[in-house]
Amino acid sequence: MNPPVKDAREVGARQPLWKRMLDSRFMPPVFITLILLAGNLSFGILESYSRTLLAIATSIAGEMILGRIFLKKWPHPASAYITGISVGILLRSPAYWPYALCAGLSITSKYALRFRHRHIWNPSNFGICAMLFLASDSVAGLSIQWGNNLASLLVIWILGSVIVWRARRFNITATYVASFIALSFLRSWITGDPWQSEISPITGPMYQLFIFFMITDPKTTVRSRTGQCMVAVAIAVVEFFMRLGSSVYAPLYALFWVGPAALFIEMWLDARRSRAVAAVVSGAQPA
Amino acid sequence: MKRIPVSQVILDVVFAGMLATPWMIRHFVHSQVRPAETQTDCRAALARYGFCFQEVSGQAGIHFVHEAPILDHKLDGIMPEVASMGASVSIVDFDRDGWPDIYVTNSRMGSLNHLYRNNHDGTFTDVAQKMGIADVNQPGTGVSMGAVWGDYDNDGYEDLFLIKWGRPELFHNDQGRGFTRVTDRAGLPPWINANTAVWFDYDGDGRLDLFVAGYYPENVDLWHLKDTRMMPESFEYAKNGGRKYLFHNLGKGHFEEVSAEAGINSRRWALACAAADLRGTGYPDLFVANDYGVSELYLNDHGHFREAGAETGVGFAPKSGMNAAFGDIFNQGKYSVYVSNISEEGVLLQGNNLWVPQEGNGLHYANLARDLGVELGGWSFGAQFGDLNNDGNMDLYLENGYVSLSRTRSYWYDFSKVAGGNSSIISDASHWPAFDGRSLSGYQQKRVWMNDGAGKFEDVAQAVGVTDTYDGRAVALADLWNTGVLDAVVANQCGPLLIYKDTVAPNHDWIEFDLEGAKSNRSAIGAQVTLFWNGQKQIQYVSGGNGFASEDDRRLHFGLGQNPQIERAVIHWPSGTVQTLEHLTPNQLVHVKEPA
Repeated sequence: MNPPVKDAREVGARQPLWKRMLDSRFMPPVFITLILLAGNLSFGILESYSRTLLAIATSIAGEMILGRIFLKKWPHPASAYITGISVGILLRSPAYWPYALCAGLSITSKYALRFRHRHIWNPSNFGICAMLFLASDSVAGLSIQWGNNLASLLVIWILGSVIVWRARRFNITATYVASFIALSFLRSWITGDPWQSEISPITGPMYQLFIFFMITDPKTTVRSRTGQCMVAVAIAVVEFFMRLGSSVYAPLYALFWVGPAALFIEMWLDARRSRAVAAVVSGAQPA
Repeated sequence: MKRIPVSQVILDVVFAGMLATPWMIRHFVHSQVRPAETQTDCRAALARYGFCFQEVSGQAGIHFVHEAPILDHKLDGIMPEVASMGASVSIVDFDRDGWPDIYVTNSRMGSLNHLYRNNHDGTFTDVAQKMGIADVNQPGTGVSMGAVWGDYDNDGYEDLFLIKWGRPELFHNDQGRGFTRVTDRAGLPPWINANTAVWFDYDGDGRLDLFVAGYYPENVDLWHLKDTRMMPESFEYAKNGGRKYLFHNLGKGHFEEVSAEAGINSRRWALACAAADLRGTGYPDLFVANDYGVSELYLNDHGHFREAGAETGVGFAPKSGMNAAFGDIFNQGKYSVYVSNISEEGVLLQGNNLWVPQEGNGLHYANLARDLGVELGGWSFGAQFGDLNNDGNMDLYLENGYVSLSRTRSYWYDFSKVAGGNSSIISDASHWPAFDGRSLSGYQQKRVWMNDGAGKFEDVAQAVGVTDTYDGRAVALADLWNTGVLDAVVANQCGPLLIYKDTVAPNHDWIEFDLEGAKSNRSAIGAQVTLFWNGQKQIQYVSGGNGFASEDDRRLHFGLGQNPQIERAVIHWPSGTVQTLEHLTPNQLVHVKEPA
């Protein structure tokens, strides 16, 4: 996951430090850290701190090394921190190596899988999906709740909504949630299963991270708000079909396929528009 | 042609290598199963591992097949899940003839429990009806979930406490000639939905007390549900299960419920419990493995309990505890605790826990299941420690498998989508999709982990003959035929009772102890024997119920390996008496009566 944050340039440089901290790209890391700490201190959601710390350390170290080599600068660690902590929360394994490998894969994918100078997969989505595909005997996704109660659910949803609202990406979250709920009823009608069971996943912790941090990643989402909403619907639709096929990690896999496809389409449309503009400009020039 | 920077090439190679890493780990690190180990060849197993099992229930005259309960029709859709327990086995020498007998529970309304008397010739005869403890699953009284035996009145004969989803029952053993129902006189409550109980003398007064841990709340009649909101409120943090009971033995067949006064107050969903003196205080501590949450460890301070699960490390990460067994796996005179959980490839990897006591001040445990190789079993239930090849190290026998129906269709997707949801959804059975004949972690292999004595366990189940794939629940270990080896009796849900007869390489020696209390409770439950031989020591205790829905033989079995020199055996009796036995020779059963 990458943080749904404003570009650093948008942040007023003359604001006091505390305000800059709130407005800057520190806010999502702080938020996700609070989720982690609150969840673990109150409900013990982590197998251990050490595995999560390993994922974070691997992620940040990878980002620093690769950023220095390929971008010729020291990258801001916030994005890598969120990737690492997301891996630490979303991945479940009794072993240590999957946490390091998943974090390493996530960060490396940003530099290895690029098209026209953009990375096309959300890093932690790529890393976790790769692990679930390739190492299903050693890892699983987060499937438990923190408390399963309404209070903790509401707190996370409200705080998450504030974060994505400020990052101007609430439209993505809202569109996806509305689509998921609508399609849950359709799925219930098709399968005959209770509608509550179809709604149930979105009340779980994996979705809390998925809808607030993963699908709102600015680096791997399209630019236009309409496009963002269309992509959110597309993810929900692909997930719908995957769920009909009993895919346990349907939302992660749906984003894995839809996210890059959307970016390719956007880049293709941009290129076509550029060519059209270039043709118009060249046609307008005097002979 | 555009040149690709060297750094980019290196990055791509590294990236490809990372993607290939899981395959390489699986291929080169985890592929330890050799062709010879996938088939049972008893001679090869004896040569290689020093033991071999042969399933002999048919030859022994036992043809018992467990029947699952059929609960309220409101639960029909998920009946395979909610009615997934009830198969249990306990070992008892009920007639004091010196040969272990077997008691197994049945769970269909109207079905019969069985008491298999040992005929001393390799066969057993069911005498439950004759003895009056067969027809105990009558309509209106609930059905059996397990049984624990203890001589509560110190008359020398083991009495029976029947664990039920329903009316708990206490039967007095009339000198091995029959049983008398004494439930009402004992003062037991009218209904408990329990899966586990243990006899122990928690206050050291010489009388056996009884701990019973509820699973479903006691106000739920699973055959006449008011509504379907009877499921756990969470799959990791549930506290809406059944209450706990501590029945203090007042003597003369009367019991008093004292759990609150004694410091036990929990509504977690208990599935297994065991009691042993973990700190050397002379008082037995109580370990409770809970489904849908953390384990609890009740430290016993002179008869008053203090829950110290989080403090000692065993009660921090919530899982699906389904077993509690103690074993001195390092021969250090300290008990480790084995708790089974759920592991399903690609879906849920809780891993089982092996809680090993750490050095330092106070009691603290670390989970070394992964390091020692006993972490992943499957959907695991009962497990027992025992020296299966008499090499002097405690091995581990683990049962796996939850619901085996369709071989091609799985319920895991539906299970996972509901289990992670909000409590208002998962706590109502009507919100769960129907099973529709699907399996949930079905047809799983068992694990027989052989302890190499150097900190590693190796799964040799297939190689030594444990090849069944029934839905294993309870396993009990006993020297059924007095041959100096530990046989395994396995109770399967909706499956046959299996008896795995053990054969051990002849050069591996052993010694067994049969204890009888005098000042202590006569069953000697809670007594500990520390055996010193060949410069090492191992501790074992007499259990009043352990594992999952099971109870091992009272007699303590020590494997000694080759050419053992036994130095001494030190017995710590529950009364506080310490007795030392010297000049012991191997390959014998030693009867010990507590000094008066």
